[in-house]
Amino acid sequence: MTQLLLFNITNGLMIGAFYVLMALGLSLILNLSGVINFAHGGFLVIGGYIAYTLEPYLGFWGALVASPFLTAIIGLAVERVLISRVYGRDPLYSLLLTFGLAYILEAGTRMIWGAQGKPFTIPEFLAKPISSEFFFITGYRLFMVLIVAVVVTGLFSFLRLTRIGIRIRAGTLDLETVAGLGVNVRALRSLNFAVGIFIAGLSGVLAGGQLGLEPTMGAGLLMPSFIAIIVGGVGSLAGTLVGGLLIGVASGLTAVFYPSASEAVIYVLMAVVLLTRPRGLFGEEGMLT
Amino acid sequence: MNEMNRKLSILAAIWVALVCAPFWMPYVGGYTALGTRVLVLGLGAMSVNFLLGFTGVLSFGHAAWFGLGAYGCGLLLKFVAPSTSLGLLAGTLLGGVMGGLLGALLVRRRGVYFAMVTIAFGQVFYYIAFQWSSLTGGDDGLRGFERQPLHLGFATVDILSDSTAFYYFVLVCFALVVAAMAFILRSPFGRTMLAIRENERRARFLGIQIEQHIWIAFTLSCFFMAFAGSLYALVNNFADPLGLHYSQSGNFVIMAVLGGMRRFWGPLLGAVVFVVLQDYVSSITINWQIFIGILFVLVVLFFPRGLLGFLQQRKRA
Repeated sequence: MTQLLLFNITNGLMIGAFYVLMALGLSLILNLSGVINFAHGGFLVIGGYIAYTLEPYLGFWGALVASPFLTAIIGLAVERVLISRVYGRDPLYSLLLTFGLAYILEAGTRMIWGAQGKPFTIPEFLAKPISSEFFFITGYRLFMVLIVAVVVTGLFSFLRLTRIGIRIRAGTLDLETVAGLGVNVRALRSLNFAVGIFIAGLSGVLAGGQLGLEPTMGAGLLMPSFIAIIVGGVGSLAGTLVGGLLIGVASGLTAVFYPSASEAVIYVLMAVVLLTRPRGLFGEEGMLT
Repeated sequence: MNEMNRKLSILAAIWVALVCAPFWMPYVGGYTALGTRVLVLGLGAMSVNFLLGFTGVLSFGHAAWFGLGAYGCGLLLKFVAPSTSLGLLAGTLLGGVMGGLLGALLVRRRGVYFAMVTIAFGQVFYYIAFQWSSLTGGDDGLRGFERQPLHLGFATVDILSDSTAFYYFVLVCFALVVAAMAFILRSPFGRTMLAIRENERRARFLGIQIEQHIWIAFTLSCFFMAFAGSLYALVNNFADPLGLHYSQSGNFVIMAVLGGMRRFWGPLLGAVVFVVLQDYVSSITINWQIFIGILFVLVVLFFPRGLLGFLQQRKRA
């Protein structure tokens, strides 16, 4: 029983880590640009498939490094050409635009790489479990947790310690003043978007190694990421982090006792949070609400 | 007076076109069942627009009420009583009441945040329909029911096998709901909705109870939506979990925007274009989604005020 419990908690944390990566990117973009990026899952999938295409040439490690950058470049182009046109307009239009982009990315992936799932091979030594007793903790899972920790730490230090990061946070609070102080808001938003997509691309590669690649895998991660943001509180990245881990563990634990509700439980969690604390766990009153 | 005449003649033209649809559609490559689908999805888009276009509240989870309507209607026909009218009633009540309850929880939220929360809650019902397969058929959808003949007292109308009769049945339902919508929008309540859309803060200063009005508008919109969903179950004799999915909500919103969301009839025009396009594109390629996606992008970039808004602009220019 302990082992089963532990197995599901680890599983929940793993899934939660994906929610966190996805939700952090979404949250970054939402906070600075006021755009809910429905196409985020589509970029995640593209990241995974680019890594799949590059792996025969660059190997696993090369693909792991190169794919997020290429995905971020694609994201940057999409932001410059399309998404930047709806900044400042009624949120309806950014929702519809990214909604359409999500359709295009998913169908585009299917056209290029086919509707069939693709395997994404990981190095031998990572695929092995670390011990026979804890068979469910493979090296790859530890490796993913490590990467997620590095990305989260990196992102938070980037936002706290670098000049650009501080501008991004300032822009989240009051974009007009930041623009008035002479910061190029246009470039700031593009960079911020690219960072979000970079993280999405990276999670795509990691998810591919664990679950294999499928054109629809991004759409399935989108809703839990939304909920991670709502539970954590819109406007707070730390909240998004906690929210993602929380719903991951909650659904992992529910899987032990009542498997068919493991997806529903995250919605219950969201409802409870909204009823008792409408701004979310770490959200500030008035932000985007 | 001239303006009034123009409006009346457009209105008359719309109804004549709808009433005669089974006769003229075959000549332009359509078929009666397609017309029925346009009417039902158009009604759904008009219900979304009742909230979006006339109150300015962006709900992106309205497919949930549409789908609940479909399941409510289907479940009643399958398990309780073989009656079309009871099915419609059950579906409308299920979707409308659930929507009203949820609305009470959400009315204080606005803008992007409101959209996010409505999407997320809408998905709850998708998961329930997907997981509870013993009742709902899960992934395969709810099957095993059929719309029943209508007993009008003096006559029985077979709407199951006669697709033209069914079209007229749907048209009558459509007309009733559309009349209700138009009536509400012309009432003082409807005018207040417009005031909230135009300037919420000013409306609040005038002493209007914003939350209460938005909740009522939201709930009414959910009831209309659920009614459209119930009709949709009758159209297909089938309820599909994808009908509850947030992508379906997106489709309704794009129909409203594509036609023109500030116009009463805009969403119906949007539904005509969307449904016909989807029907055509999915018959020639399996990657039809890419065209739908491109349609979304083009509408946002080039027709943000919809086809009707675009035509009006052209005329003024």
